[in-house]
Amino acid sequence: MIDELLLTVLLTSVPLILAATGELVAEKSGVLNLGVEGMMLMGAVAAFGAALVSGSPYLGIISGGLAGIATAAVFALFTLGLATNQVATGLALTIFGTGLSGLIGAPLVGQAIEGLPEFHIAVLAQIPVLGAAFKLDIMAYGCILMVSLTAWFLASTRAGLILRSVGVNHDSAHALGYPVLVIRSLAVLFGGFMAGLGGAYLPLVLTPHWAEGMTAGRGWIALALVVFASWRPWRLVAGAILFGGVTIMQLAGQAKGWTIPPQFLSMLPYLATIFVLVFISSRGRNYFGAPAHLGRVFHPTR
Amino acid sequence: MLTMSLMKDIKLGGSIRLMPKPSSPAKEHLLVARHVTKSFGTFVANDDVNFTLGAGELHALLGENGAGKSTFVKMIYGLLQPDSGGFEWQGRPVHISNPQQARAMGIGMVFQHFSLFDSLTVAENIELALPETMNREQLRTLIRTRSDDYGIPLDPDSMVADLSVGQQQRVEIVRCLLQDPSLLIMDEPTSVLTPQETDQLFDVLRRLASSGCAVLFISHKLDEIKKLTSRATILRGGRNVAEVETAEKTTHQMAELMVGETVDAVKSGTGPVNGEVLFSVTALSREAHGPFDVPLEAISFAARSGEILGIAGIAGNGQDELMSALSGEWRGQQKGVIWVGQTDVSQLGPQHRRHHKICFIPEERNGHAAVPQMRLSENALLTGFQDDGMVKAGMVKQQAILSRAELISVTFDVRRPLADPHAAALSGGNLQKFVVGREIIKQPRVLIVAQPTWGVDVGAATFIRQTMIELAAAGSAVVVISQDLEEIFAISNRIAVLSAGRLSEPQPAAQMTSQAVGLLMGGVHLSDDIDSLRAEGG
Repeated sequence: MIDELLLTVLLTSVPLILAATGELVAEKSGVLNLGVEGMMLMGAVAAFGAALVSGSPYLGIISGGLAGIATAAVFALFTLGLATNQVATGLALTIFGTGLSGLIGAPLVGQAIEGLPEFHIAVLAQIPVLGAAFKLDIMAYGCILMVSLTAWFLASTRAGLILRSVGVNHDSAHALGYPVLVIRSLAVLFGGFMAGLGGAYLPLVLTPHWAEGMTAGRGWIALALVVFASWRPWRLVAGAILFGGVTIMQLAGQAKGWTIPPQFLSMLPYLATIFVLVFISSRGRNYFGAPAHLGRVFHPTR
Repeated sequence: MLTMSLMKDIKLGGSIRLMPKPSSPAKEHLLVARHVTKSFGTFVANDDVNFTLGAGELHALLGENGAGKSTFVKMIYGLLQPDSGGFEWQGRPVHISNPQQARAMGIGMVFQHFSLFDSLTVAENIELALPETMNREQLRTLIRTRSDDYGIPLDPDSMVADLSVGQQQRVEIVRCLLQDPSLLIMDEPTSVLTPQETDQLFDVLRRLASSGCAVLFISHKLDEIKKLTSRATILRGGRNVAEVETAEKTTHQMAELMVGETVDAVKSGTGPVNGEVLFSVTALSREAHGPFDVPLEAISFAARSGEILGIAGIAGNGQDELMSALSGEWRGQQKGVIWVGQTDVSQLGPQHRRHHKICFIPEERNGHAAVPQMRLSENALLTGFQDDGMVKAGMVKQQAILSRAELISVTFDVRRPLADPHAAALSGGNLQKFVVGREIIKQPRVLIVAQPTWGVDVGAATFIRQTMIELAAAGSAVVVISQDLEEIFAISNRIAVLSAGRLSEPQPAAQMTSQAVGLLMGGVHLSDDIDSLRAEGG
């Protein structure tokens, strides 16, 4: 019972980790992309469609990631190429992604696919309770790999340092001769790729069919998660498991007839994020990794 | 390459070897600019500029704001490309297309507004400017040894945001020096330093020059240019108007070349005055609220009718905190701290303080003193709406605010592209004249102003200083918080120094020397020390 619950919590947290890792990289470069929900939905519908047509969930993964990149490219074109406001463009992207995925997915409603298989890791999967963490699918293991790579990239590589420097002060980075817009574009596209994968996880693993708006606010939780984790990759994993746990509690609670209203539980991730934000701002932002030029439009003049 | 081999000697030896160098102008030209022209739209920033620089030369680039100095050096550093004309580097024509190329050629630049990253460490900041040649551990060791060699020690692991402005500048300098440059460009490096820090910087630059590295030093502080450099190129309106041997010209002559007309000295007030106390602060303290705040400790002073009280100090010593406390943007719990005449205004916000005929001009004109996206008339309204006629029954009187903006602009010689432009459309100097004029036209009893002439050209600065002197002469009290020592000495009746959140006892200006002020800036606080300093310096 407990290990099943743990398994569900882990599965719920995977799309959050994927999408939030991408958004973290984009935000570290100074771009606030509020379109995560839209990119996830595009990823979800593309993954479901590809898996349905080809019969291969692995093609679904790839196609989900590519759909995320394509959606993020629209955002990059506007905010970086045309220097539009990032908040407004991000919100528009969410609305756009929700609508377009619904349109594309309309003929897919009611169909089902074969999801991704589980890979049990020999011995480790036999461990009571904690063994649940070793009975997952390839994307779940992959997401931990992506987090490790992202953490290593940001902290230890020169390219990661350059990416962070653009988010800290784009004018200084420009003065040193770094191509601010190119770096940000790449970060946004990576964000789109990861959000697309996060979206793909829903039909490929969690519920093997397509429903309009099936991400159900996970894109927003991913955004909150980045702030909650104060822009640190490993905290993000902890936060995702916590937020995933809260989501599951909500379902489990309903089943058991708890008196806590489910609305209260679904509010918790955001409430937690607000507390973290209050904590951050009371301590000054630089020490918490918030990129100083987050959301600021860069004009490469003079 | 001669210079490179000299620099290698330094590296191998682990410490600086001072290479004797003939003081005559170098025969071999390091950098030559021929007919360089650059325009932005219809504005010609550089117009047919010719320029030569010898190896190991200390050369000044002199000019008012907007004369084209920054544009010119940005082309040398590859941040901009000339529209026509070009450069020769070590005798060969070059096209410098980006800063990486400039750095690879041996050109380093220290920016006026530092190009540092606040929330990264010193080592990370330096790594970003270097080609990828060593791992992080080697780099940290190198930063330690090389910065020690130059007498400007740095801790590679400290966060840049935690450093003082002078230390941040060292990071910039060391960052350039690690690339073994043959030319170091410094854009107004002393504007943020104490006199002592300036002397230290000059020592470093002289050592660099004697080891073969040319220094191009941009400034409008003529004393410093005379002190440091041998030749100066003077730009005015984008053109190279003169090239002078600094030893042969007086500062006054250079100022006239720079401005292109005779410069009037400010007519200063007459020593200490004994008018009634119009504004006083008693034991104002403020805790730090964030990691970059400076706490204020028991600040007390009084400003009298008819005087200008100058508060000197380097940026980041509590000026912002003091200004926000004086204006009422920040208010503490205590009462009886800030007084206008006999009225306690400690608990009043800026708007209510203005009712007591006290006006404020904050440092940052864009976004603090004025809203860039609003028209001049609207900006005039923002601090003046309690005045007669501008607002009636809650409705803005368009005609009244337009004529107020017009009156300010005419009285204070604000040059505008339109009758009522957006504030952003004005040049820095003109907008500053507008925000200063907006307050002075109200004839306040007390005027509190921070950095009244920061980034403003000589003509506008003289004008602004003169209006403040006239306001004081008419019986008001003026408190000027400024980092510009020349300005403090030019206009103040009494001078106090703000250092690390503490204010020294105000002293009559005639009894202060720049040396004494410099030491106070460095944190000597005991008032009994001042007498000895005064004796020493005077």
